[in-house]
Amino acid sequence: MIEIKNVSKQFNTADGFIEALKNVSISIPNGDIFGIIGMSGAGKSTLVRCINMLERPTEGAIEIDGVNLCELSESNLRNIRRDITMIFQGFNLLMQRNCLGNVCFPLELAGKSKSEAKKRALELLDIVGLGDKAKAYPAQLSGGQQQRVAIARALATNPKVLLCDEATSALDPTTTNSILELIRSINEKLGITVVIITHQMSVVESICKHVAILDKGEVVEQGEVTEVFSHPKSEAARHLVFPEGNFDSLLVNESEQRFIRVIFNGARATGSPLIAKMAVEKGIEANIAYASTKSIGGKAYGSMLLGVTDDNTIVNTAIRYLTNTPDVLAEEVRVNV
Amino acid sequence: MFNDLLSEATLNEAWRIIEAEFLTAIWETVYVTLLATAFSILIGLPLGVLLVVGEKDGVLPLPLWLLQALNIIINLLRSVPFLILMILVFPLTRLIVGTVVGTTASIVPLVIAAFPFVARLAESSLREVSPNTIEMAQSMGASPLQIITKVMIPESIPSLISNATIAVTTILGYSAMSGIIGGGGLGKIAINYGYYRYKYLIMIAAVVLLIILVQIFQSVGTRLAAKADKRLKKKST
Repeated sequence: MIEIKNVSKQFNTADGFIEALKNVSISIPNGDIFGIIGMSGAGKSTLVRCINMLERPTEGAIEIDGVNLCELSESNLRNIRRDITMIFQGFNLLMQRNCLGNVCFPLELAGKSKSEAKKRALELLDIVGLGDKAKAYPAQLSGGQQQRVAIARALATNPKVLLCDEATSALDPTTTNSILELIRSINEKLGITVVIITHQMSVVESICKHVAILDKGEVVEQGEVTEVFSHPKSEAARHLVFPEGNFDSLLVNESEQRFIRVIFNGARATGSPLIAKMAVEKGIEANIAYASTKSIGGKAYGSMLLGVTDDNTIVNTAIRYLTNTPDVLAEEVRVNV
Repeated sequence: MFNDLLSEATLNEAWRIIEAEFLTAIWETVYVTLLATAFSILIGLPLGVLLVVGEKDGVLPLPLWLLQALNIIINLLRSVPFLILMILVFPLTRLIVGTVVGTTASIVPLVIAAFPFVARLAESSLREVSPNTIEMAQSMGASPLQIITKVMIPESIPSLISNATIAVTTILGYSAMSGIIGGGGLGKIAINYGYYRYKYLIMIAAVVLLIILVQIFQSVGTRLAAKADKRLKKKST
């Protein structure tokens, strides 16, 4: 259990006083995949750096399984950091070491013997699917492969928590999916709690169980992903759910409508035939208010916002129809709360 | 003054001198240069490390006064012209070597002149290591010493080698200058024969040999640096 309790962080910079985090409280259960999403400058990176004390909170406490990290000495903190490892947007591999050397790095820091470290590192490279690249240098690998090495390195010390700081932001959509898949399987197999920092809705949608939305240093909403995204209460959440749409005008102009959010998580068909088929088979005319779907390897990813007539039967039928399609999620979005 | 430069008598005399003295001179120059470089790195590299890690946001912040004192001493030593520095450190040379003349004695002023330069070169190399890489090491629980020895220095090895090459060639130049106050090597020959006895041919020969030495050091250094750099490896394993 990670408990972020009333954490505030202030910086005195050349540009003046900055309040990066304001009274942030989040509880992350063990074994969860927890997303922290927000626009750039929302304080996500500062928050994740508070979890492993790369940044010390100005106020508040960070407790991991009941241990308050803020009260630990530097050397105790170094030991506990082996339980809370991190992967980064820029991978941050040691460029002068080969893959094996990179994965051995945290084990060397922990004082493991060379042979022991090498054995474990080879196992981990196998787990991330790079067993044959042990001797390759990072410069010889693609971005996705580099991130896999970074994941293997992060797992080396058997951590309880894996922090992912925009870990897929530098990767193309296909590679992003394969890395997220890897993170999911690690979470399932090893039971590691995963905290994902991202600005991409698609990342949270496809992998997280819980989410917290951070806006200007404050947590504006948190809870289960489906709950938060289907009932976006805050301005920031609405902005994430409708990235381009001006939501208020949508409500005013088409108040006769109700909205269904459709999430494509690798569905076979691309978005449009599904909506067309629904019109043909169920006679429901859906108006596409917003869509952002990508086809990756013949599968659809992304989300879509459908406007349908304000009628319970129609809304329920549509949701049932959409949900019955494999790898498609649908839920009604209520914003007039 | 150059009209009898290539007369038979001059050529014969020059060849005699070259045969008799040049081998020793080359050896002395190489020996002084390499030894002085080694000592300069021994002192300069740790100082370079301190200059980087000791900063306010560094991995091992030093008291501000200490860091500033270090910077001032380095700048001070770097601003004294080498010729004058050689004379200024006579007492120290006598203390360490027992004499102020001779090849070995010239190593002391060379090191004093070169280590601040090496410290600055090391500083600039170590600054090339990305702060993100250092943050990664911190996030894995690395201690400041581990960050220095396992991240900062290994990651900047190619740049450190390039800069060591610059140091070697600069020290080679200084070592030639030390011929004026009794240091040995090619510099001494160039000054003794060329400047004091107007035997320009000898001077030119000494200078050509110095140029060749610089070329050799530089190309070996460049090759080593490229070989050490794993970022340049082509995508084929």
